[in-house]
Amino acid sequence: MHESKGRFGLHGGQYIPETLMNAVVELEKAYEQYKNDPAFQKELAALFRDYAGRPSLLYYAGRMTKDLGGAKIYLKREDLNHTGAHKINNVLGQALLAKRMGKTRLIAETGAGQHGVATATAAAFMDMDCVVFMGKTDMQRQALNVYRMRLLGAEVVPVTTGTATLKDAVSEAMREWTRRIDDTHYCLGSVMGPHPFPTIVRDFQAVISREIRTQILEKEGRLPDAVLACVGGGSNAIGSFYHFIPDKDVRLIGCEAAGRGIDTRETAATIATGREGIFHGMKSYFCQDEYGQIAPVYSISAGLDYPGIGPEHAWLHDTGRAEYVAITDEEAVNAFEYLSRTEGIIPAIESAHAVAYAMKIAPKLPKDKILVVTLSGRGDKDCAAIARYRGEEISE
Amino acid sequence: MNKIHEAFAHGKAFIPFITCGDPDLSATPAIVRAMQEAGADLIELGIPFSDPTAEGPVIQAANLRALSAGTTTDKIFQMVDDLRQGRGGEAVTIPMVFMTYANVVYSYGTERFLARCRQIGMDGLILPDVPYEERGEFAPLCDQFDVPLTSMIAPTSHDRISMIAREAKGFIYLISSLGVTGVRSSITTDLDAITQVIRSTTDVPCAIGFGISTPAQAHAMAEISDGAIVGSAIMRIIAKAGRHAAPAVGAYVREMKNALR
Repeated sequence: MHESKGRFGLHGGQYIPETLMNAVVELEKAYEQYKNDPAFQKELAALFRDYAGRPSLLYYAGRMTKDLGGAKIYLKREDLNHTGAHKINNVLGQALLAKRMGKTRLIAETGAGQHGVATATAAAFMDMDCVVFMGKTDMQRQALNVYRMRLLGAEVVPVTTGTATLKDAVSEAMREWTRRIDDTHYCLGSVMGPHPFPTIVRDFQAVISREIRTQILEKEGRLPDAVLACVGGGSNAIGSFYHFIPDKDVRLIGCEAAGRGIDTRETAATIATGREGIFHGMKSYFCQDEYGQIAPVYSISAGLDYPGIGPEHAWLHDTGRAEYVAITDEEAVNAFEYLSRTEGIIPAIESAHAVAYAMKIAPKLPKDKILVVTLSGRGDKDCAAIARYRGEEISE
Repeated sequence: MNKIHEAFAHGKAFIPFITCGDPDLSATPAIVRAMQEAGADLIELGIPFSDPTAEGPVIQAANLRALSAGTTTDKIFQMVDDLRQGRGGEAVTIPMVFMTYANVVYSYGTERFLARCRQIGMDGLILPDVPYEERGEFAPLCDQFDVPLTSMIAPTSHDRISMIAREAKGFIYLISSLGVTGVRSSITTDLDAITQVIRSTTDVPCAIGFGISTPAQAHAMAEISDGAIVGSAIMRIIAKAGRHAAPAVGAYVREMKNALR
């Protein structure tokens, strides 16, 4: 009989065309086989260590802590990974899996370009072909990453349909996968899409919270009071939360992109403004109109500019285990500048959403509380766009 | 009473598709009537969706044009009711099914959507993003309202074909080739082998769609199945002729139907 797989409460599932079903079934089988295979895990661990530069640092942000005058703030430095973001964790895992499955070609969607760069990197390094789908709007606001992908040997295909952003890039990558399945693995970049992607991506990103746990116990001898991460699809957030889910005393806080505000139409805050729906292979929360038409969302951050959220986050929200807050463009840009000046760390504009919320709550918390903020990526890619936001045109 | 079986009672079925509301909803009834008059056996009415992931560029563009013209699910229900009741022109009596995406149905409320379908005389539902594994959420309600959910089978279905065919109701939609909807110059899948497995499993009729545009292709597809489904080629005519597309669509449907006789 019908067995719906990959459920997180109500959410998840496999809402995809029949053409793709055997591909995801095959992927699930391969993943089940290799996730417990010592040789596979050993190879992945070696790549994490020798190629990606893991473990990433857990850095005590002393100046920020002192300046805000409240809780102690630690930064989980995913921005220091090779390619400059957490995306490499998932990509190395999936590329290795695809290789084992005999695939010779990787396709991917990208928003900010970080996942595209990571996929292009893995493809170059593992000698695979690579095609990245990217919204035309995003190609303009993240031009540097487009160049990086091409430099790495990937083909970057501009997507002009819809809002020409991340959502449309996902749709186009899914369409491409239905055209060419035999030799191609769709290296999905977030904890979204049809089962088994939300689980596979989460497992590869869970290295973040595994490391945070060990590192904070070493430094503080106890678990943090809260873990904060930005959420678009939600891969760095689920990676940061995962090993703390059983620890009910650790608050898990996802920071969504409010864009110009959750009371405007120019927002991408799914939990704050969306409702239950079915899209891109999954049941979850989506920004949509009364007839289920997906909303043209907006955020200054191309990586968070997505109308949905991964199904496990939807479930963590339903059960109250995690809380989701909305951060505006303006708050994120302020945090981007604040962290640069205070700690000498330029965060990705995506990650700046989590920094912004830490800036809000830290001053109100006692000094013995501990916050861990995941810096999912570095902000070099955003400098031109933020300069533009502040009314300054720069050329590289 | 469900009428899908009537579509397959007069030889090979020709099944045209149209995205409702392209270029706007006032243009759709004349096109549907022209299709009936030209000999269509069953009509697929597409309810537009903002992000139709199984469609190629032609139908994607049609969906977006329809939505920007203000087309909604409720307005389409009203249009179908008018067509069935013969308001504003001749009544449409041939079988009709909706083709849309899961979120359009789910967000309307699946039960409420299907109750409306039954009330206005729709005979079935096609949801390309609901595979066998997720049928349990929709198919029982579809049966309850006698608006059967079409099962889709693809060139990549392999070992899944008989599992899917066994539970099929209404008609089976066999996808001719890999990829999304759109006109193709040739179809190379071994569809004969797939239809043989289907036939050995079920009596439910099977029509082939995706990539068909010429009378010769339709003829070849109908030779090995019970009918041919054509969408993008029709939406291309509508994209070109706009509000006055009915005569051209009618002529095309007649030519295609003749190729199946």
